[in-house]
Amino acid sequence: MAIAELSGHEKSLKFLDTPITADATTDIIYMMCPMHLLTLQERIKEIKVGQVLAILTDYDGALEDIPAWCGKTGNEFVGVLESPDYYSFYVKKLKE
Amino acid sequence: MEKIYLDHVATNPMHPEVLEAMMPFLKEDFGNPLSLYPSGAKAKEAIEEARGSVASLINAKPNEIIFTASGAESNNFALRGIALALQNKGKHIIVSKVEHHSILNSARFLEKAGFAVTYLPVDKSGLVDPESVQKAITKETVLLSIIHASPEVGTVEPVAEIAKIAKKNKILFHTDAVASAGNIPVDVRELGIDALSLTAHQFYGPKGAGALYLKEGTRIVPLIYGGIQEGGRRAGTENVPAIAGMGKAAELAKRDMGKRSDYVKPLRDKLISSVLSKITNVYLTGHPEQRLPGHASFVVEYIEGEAMLLLLSAKGIYVASGSACSSKALKASPVLLSLGIPSHLAQGSVVFTLGEGTKEQEIDFLIETFPQIISRLREISPYSKGWEGTEGETCTVKK
Repeated sequence: MAIAELSGHEKSLKFLDTPITADATTDIIYMMCPMHLLTLQERIKEIKVGQVLAILTDYDGALEDIPAWCGKTGNEFVGVLESPDYYSFYVKKLKE
Repeated sequence: MEKIYLDHVATNPMHPEVLEAMMPFLKEDFGNPLSLYPSGAKAKEAIEEARGSVASLINAKPNEIIFTASGAESNNFALRGIALALQNKGKHIIVSKVEHHSILNSARFLEKAGFAVTYLPVDKSGLVDPESVQKAITKETVLLSIIHASPEVGTVEPVAEIAKIAKKNKILFHTDAVASAGNIPVDVRELGIDALSLTAHQFYGPKGAGALYLKEGTRIVPLIYGGIQEGGRRAGTENVPAIAGMGKAAELAKRDMGKRSDYVKPLRDKLISSVLSKITNVYLTGHPEQRLPGHASFVVEYIEGEAMLLLLSAKGIYVASGSACSSKALKASPVLLSLGIPSHLAQGSVVFTLGEGTKEQEIDFLIETFPQIISRLREISPYSKGWEGTEGETCTVKK
């Protein structure tokens, strides 16, 4: 999905120009929804407060789901980097 | 009349312990593994236990096992799913000419999707030459798939050597181990394999349960879209009884493989040497030594495979003909043709596959009966005086 095609809600997303150094990365490209949320829930437990988790997914719905999940759970949505065939989402753990 | 089952490469009876392991999930523990109440949790637990057993059979990690419904599904999933996931890197794949139809037809699907496919030839014993693999690799090659063991001629391919070539060239390597896994040792780490297909009913498990080993970190495009089953890679409510059965069958195969193999090998060798010595103009197909332990396959000159099957069946002996699929279309088996066997000879294919339940007296009865059947068929065969024009696809009767 090109950024120009995004809705108003998605335009408020923090799109990044360069990758961020993550403390842990999980590749769930081609895995079906809602694996992005289930994996996020699991993998966030494995990092420390203050560390960043990168999630690689090709699922467009994650553009809405991951920032919303961060808001709901009190973690920081650092931003998303768009590659030709997938997205890299960066989430900073703010609490246990 | 006692029945003698010698078609173990087609399928196998379930081991009684396998059936026992499946029963709770066919009866009281019928819950959906995604349900949160106890019967769902029990089903989920059974799947994870089975995943561990299947992983252990091939020395994989449990999270590297994706359950499917069959070996054919695993082959489709691997070839199409991995190739499509890598298409931005390159659009060339390599398979051999002796692959199962589930690989060959998936390769044809990929050709229609814009991939280039190289179909590697084999030698007269069915072996893929690793050097030919190296020569076929281009900058566009992303995936290589070579069968581990042929169900039709029994040949076991040098997959470890081929895997090294794939690794050296940074190409992913899949092997169809449907006929081999559970019957001969398969160690994905030792062999250096990225993806491997297997199915339960080839090692005394139930039908309807297959698996794909996919090395951790390997991307694959799903074949069946839906929910989060199998880590979001293969949707559909799991066939829990069959998966539990596959787990038990894998556990038994790991424990008994050596014993089963040591039991059938001498019987197979006795059958091969007797058939070759008692019948004229009969040839062993596949590799003489590098073959599946219970596998004895032949082509018999001047006779059609189906005729042999019918007369053997009338005597209570159940076997297969490698040309069974193709013979309906009056076409010789592509696998046998790939070995350089002329089409008229390939029509006379017969495949005996032995299992742990095969008795020596059954093999003795076959050795006594089979030459009589061949004599009878040759008496009535229009080709009994020999062939004429044996080159190419057609041949005529010698007048």
